[in-house]
Amino acid sequence: MIFLQLIWVFVKIGVLGFGGGYAMLSLIQHEVVENYGWMSTNDFADMVAISQMTPGPISINMATYVGYGQAGVAGALVASLALCLPSVVMVYLIIRIFMNRKQSFVLDTTLKGLKPAVAGLIFSAGLLMMNAKNFAAVGRGENNISIMICAAAFAASYFYKVNPILLIVLSGLVGFFVY
Amino acid sequence: MKKCFQLFLTFFKIGAFTLGGGYAMLSMVEKDIVDRKRWIACDEFWDMIAIIQSLPGVFAVNSALYVGHKIARFKGAIAAMLGAILPSIIIILLIAIFFTTYKDNPVVERIFQGIRPCVVALILAPSLRMVKSAHITWKTAIIPPAAIVLIWWFKVSPAFIILMAIAGSLTYALIANHKLKSNTNGE
Repeated sequence: MIFLQLIWVFVKIGVLGFGGGYAMLSLIQHEVVENYGWMSTNDFADMVAISQMTPGPISINMATYVGYGQAGVAGALVASLALCLPSVVMVYLIIRIFMNRKQSFVLDTTLKGLKPAVAGLIFSAGLLMMNAKNFAAVGRGENNISIMICAAAFAASYFYKVNPILLIVLSGLVGFFVY
Repeated sequence: MKKCFQLFLTFFKIGAFTLGGGYAMLSMVEKDIVDRKRWIACDEFWDMIAIIQSLPGVFAVNSALYVGHKIARFKGAIAAMLGAILPSIIIILLIAIFFTTYKDNPVVERIFQGIRPCVVALILAPSLRMVKSAHITWKTAIIPPAAIVLIWWFKVSPAFIILMAIAGSLTYALIANHKLKSNTNGE
């Protein structure tokens, strides 16, 4: 039963995951954190950070982690392969159908039109993570430092394009010394 | 068979050593597949990327499947895909086993309390950058805030938003295509 659920969830994410890793985070968060409760919001945030610091696609990492948590190594493999299954079908179809007429106007225009929605998806994934659990020191309730870390990291990333790994390491150090 | 194994190894290496997502990976794929092994011509490679980029799913997996299929058909596609995802699966399995043991360690918890707000920032920043690059006009300006309110406030599934966006965007594309055709016919 859990295997069928994992397959269903990750095939769905593989089919609708337009716009790259961060866009898929929104779909993963909705299913895995909110619908099924397979991950806590803290776990989810931690895994995003870990994914930034390890090689490999963020969505494969999430699938592996969630699958392992629910059904061990077999679950990890099933979830990760389920995520790839729609790609196998789609790439095969693309090679068969679109190889000859390389730029399909309709396909191209449709996919470009998704961009504004995808941007909204990613932003709301961030907003949903901006919650008391991710922003408070356990047992102390003070979250001013968390807000400061978030604001500083945002400015550094948005305006100065500082390397995300460096930002994660620095904020980890802040957490270590301040909390 | 030998080609399949080579494909597996190439993508395994790329999967194991590229930090920083899809685009960092691309230059490595290009170096290996186009420059060194000469499996695919350069312009064909970039044509392929243009198509692959717009597909849903994991970009690294899609590229591996495409390159693998070009070189050794279906078997090659599967070999390349497995090569691309296995390093991630192994690394995350090790972390999952390790992390569940150390998660409640107070030092680890303190470090992650610092990291979590940073992760939020790292997700918000690229979404704003994406809004800029999406060429939003007064017609489409409503879409990002509408998506945000629906998902964040009304808990609408992001999958539903994507489906709606595809429906809207496809309708628009079909109308534009029709206009384009009738214009060229009229001339």
